[in-house]
Amino acid sequence: MRDDTGIGGRADRFPATRDSAVLAAQSSDLLERERGLAILVETYWKPAYKYLRLRFGESNEDAKDLTQGFFARAIEKDFFDGYDPARGSFRTYLRTCLERFAANEKKAASRQKRSPGGALLALDFANAESELHREPVSADRGPEDVFHDEFVRSLFALSIERLREECLVRGKDLPYRLFERYELDRDGDEKLSYERLAEEFHIPVTQVTNFLAFARREFRRIVLEKLREITANDREFREEARSLLGVGAGGVAP
Amino acid sequence: MRWLSNATVAHLRRVAEWPDLGATKYRLLGELGRGGMGTVYLAEDTALERRVALKVVATAASAPEAAERMLREARILAGLEHPGIVPVHDAGALPDGRVFYAMKRVDGQRLDALAASVPLPERLRIFRRICEAVAFAHARGVIHRDLKPENVMVGSFGEVLVMDWGVARVLSDPAPTGSPAAGSGASGATAEGTVVGTAGYMAPEQAEGAVASTGPRADVFALGGILAFLLRSEPAAPRALAAIVEKARARQPEDRYATAEELSAEINRYLEGERVLAHSEGVLERAGRVFARYRAAILLIVAYLVVRTLLLIFGRHS
Repeated sequence: MRDDTGIGGRADRFPATRDSAVLAAQSSDLLERERGLAILVETYWKPAYKYLRLRFGESNEDAKDLTQGFFARAIEKDFFDGYDPARGSFRTYLRTCLERFAANEKKAASRQKRSPGGALLALDFANAESELHREPVSADRGPEDVFHDEFVRSLFALSIERLREECLVRGKDLPYRLFERYELDRDGDEKLSYERLAEEFHIPVTQVTNFLAFARREFRRIVLEKLREITANDREFREEARSLLGVGAGGVAP
Repeated sequence: MRWLSNATVAHLRRVAEWPDLGATKYRLLGELGRGGMGTVYLAEDTALERRVALKVVATAASAPEAAERMLREARILAGLEHPGIVPVHDAGALPDGRVFYAMKRVDGQRLDALAASVPLPERLRIFRRICEAVAFAHARGVIHRDLKPENVMVGSFGEVLVMDWGVARVLSDPAPTGSPAAGSGASGATAEGTVVGTAGYMAPEQAEGAVASTGPRADVFALGGILAFLLRSEPAAPRALAAIVEKARARQPEDRYATAEELSAEINRYLEGERVLAHSEGVLERAGRVFARYRAAILLIVAYLVVRTLLLIFGRHS
């Protein structure tokens, strides 16, 4: 036991270190910079769009243009170069930049019709808009909560997509389908049991538990990996992980 | 990319934390609760075919020191075999690397949820059981340091179990040399200057981070807090019990009960109708207590005397 749990723990306790996309986006290496920016846009464009719609009450079209404009400008003008990990989380920094950008755009007297400017990013706004109508935002959620909620939704959706792809490549289609059925498609179906899954998929219950354990483990690994990707350092990663997974400080310190 | 409802997102947040029990003898059945250090799950021990509670270090808190602290808690519990302290069955690392330990699954209620529905004498008997468990730990050189109603389970058969020994101090442990910011050393012991415990139950010396001087009397202070909590639902707490609370929660450690046993003995005196040492009672109060204690005998004597007197009176007249 001690071999596994000694100081530092097993190598797989935390996701394998990937280069932070936040740091990559600040890199002078063009390819590295593009890689970092692509990950950040992929993760944040939907929360940004929904935030503009919900927080600023922007119309569908205006929120679309602002989102396009914001990320295009961020890429062109190196917005993210100004991020200092010592001063807070990247997520908060991005939201602040977005708010400032939206406010400036609104003030621009010359604006007849917003033009995103720069290269248009391939973002599925119709899909994001339809998602907004599927579940109304609760009145007790403040602007920051809304942005955080959408960030988590986006992060999980991307993680599930990566889980699906990886399972497919590794011939683990069945574990993914079980995960999908048990963890994702069960809204309201509280009676769904391992036994029923075993019947549905024509496999023994032990295999259901093993496959689900595998898929959950992979899902957790991917979520933490993605989180590692979009944070700048270990401290931010841990804080985001704590916030994401809802682990409070409890009644004791540390 | 699929859309996730709020309910699914909330569910996935829990799933991301769920332990991987694939290569173990445990089967996950659900989640029981969350704390600062980890999450407690309900699981089935498939080898022994019984339900256990698995405490697993939180993913987000799985720094080496958190893992060491969890193992330390398991070892402390393993060394405290007492009916009032939850027994540990197993400890180890899960396939995902997280440290866990398995303990008895307690079917019951937390004291904070149960207290209001229980009559005062029963609450005091529960309190005595807590004191006994704590006294046992003290005798083995372990200070709990986070005693509070939320950390006490009352089982469905009346058993009382003191839980959550995650921040316990072992008196024989050498003091770690880490800074207060580090919180604990590699041994999992708390560094001087680190504050552990819960506001409202923490002794003053504990709240100041004076780790070296946080001894059994700090737990006595917390026990006083639990007793005060148990008296909250009383419209007017008996003065003797209020005095016990006051003495247990004295600011200076030397003014408190020296041991949890002494505190328990005081409660026993109250329950037995004896004089409580912490309280100087007046003549009327004392008479009332003596009457309450010997009510049956006094009433019998009075009845006897009345009958004798009546017999004498009527005997003379006839």
